[in-house]
Amino acid sequence: MSSNIQSQSAEKPQFYLEEDHHPEGSTNLGFWLYLMSDCLIFATLFATYAVLGRNYAAGPSPADLFDLKLVAINTAMLLFSSITYGFAMLQMERGAKQETLFWLGITGLFGLAFLGIELYEFYHMIHEGATPQRSAFLSAFFTLVGTHGLHVTFGIIWLVTLMVQVSKHGLIHENRRRLMCLSMFWHFLDVVWIGVFSVVYLMGVVG
Amino acid sequence: MTTNSTSHEDAHEAHHGHSHGHEAGHGSFKSYMTGFILSVILTAIPFWLVMGDVLDSKVATIAAIMIIGAIQIVVHMVYFLHMNTKSEGGWTMMALIFTVIIVAIALIGSLWVMHHLNTNMMVMSPEMMKNLP
Repeated sequence: MSSNIQSQSAEKPQFYLEEDHHPEGSTNLGFWLYLMSDCLIFATLFATYAVLGRNYAAGPSPADLFDLKLVAINTAMLLFSSITYGFAMLQMERGAKQETLFWLGITGLFGLAFLGIELYEFYHMIHEGATPQRSAFLSAFFTLVGTHGLHVTFGIIWLVTLMVQVSKHGLIHENRRRLMCLSMFWHFLDVVWIGVFSVVYLMGVVG
Repeated sequence: MTTNSTSHEDAHEAHHGHSHGHEAGHGSFKSYMTGFILSVILTAIPFWLVMGDVLDSKVATIAAIMIIGAIQIVVHMVYFLHMNTKSEGGWTMMALIFTVIIVAIALIGSLWVMHHLNTNMMVMSPEMMKNLP
């Protein structure tokens, strides 16, 4: 194989320039490294919550504040958005542009539903006086869950951007690579959410 | 131009065949559905345990939540993020193992140190509190 390339490049030196697509392969690894560093941000926030999560300062406790039905619906929204993004990726592999856009749109709607429910929960808590300033528990809670929500927000902005890109330019190689990166980002947020609902909501209510 | 791009495609396809990096993103309908159904079950169990007040002991409930959560994270990694030991020549797995170690140190270390700080803190008497700056 290598001797073949060498002999060809000896005949036509410009051939080698055309095959210059090797940096492509490292995008996945690079993006994975970004996700791992993002993981460290969440690790520090989880550690903060684990340390401060019981310091209520005579304020409300998780059992007083959290509505587990709402959290269950929220979790379902994020899980549905994960599987619909998976369907979008499968349609992308087939090269079906309209179906890819359709499933990306559904994913975006589930993401928006998740954000809407989370913002409603935050609004409700702040309305009851459970603001981030109230206690160390609430500071840690809003920082951790808020950071996750912020990631989902940027994920949705990215998703809409890619939907515009795909509808304008089609499923070209660059767009496939971008969709691949967003897919990893989106599934990663779902993984972080598993930690959030287990540690913050469920374990908080158990006490 | 067209021949140029097709030859590029061919070269790319040929490269695709023996590359290790690109397989990372390729799942099938079946693998996505398997992951989804497993996730639904693994999400429903802890919510049911807490909302239905199924187990008497708090420690058992918390242990169950932690274990099921850890299993679900692995399910997501395998079926949605397509983690395996071969993608990118094993470097994604290396990065993941490194991250897991750092995360474990950060979490366990914080809890350990702060727990000892709390338990070894001197208890304040009312007189001491009055004299606080």
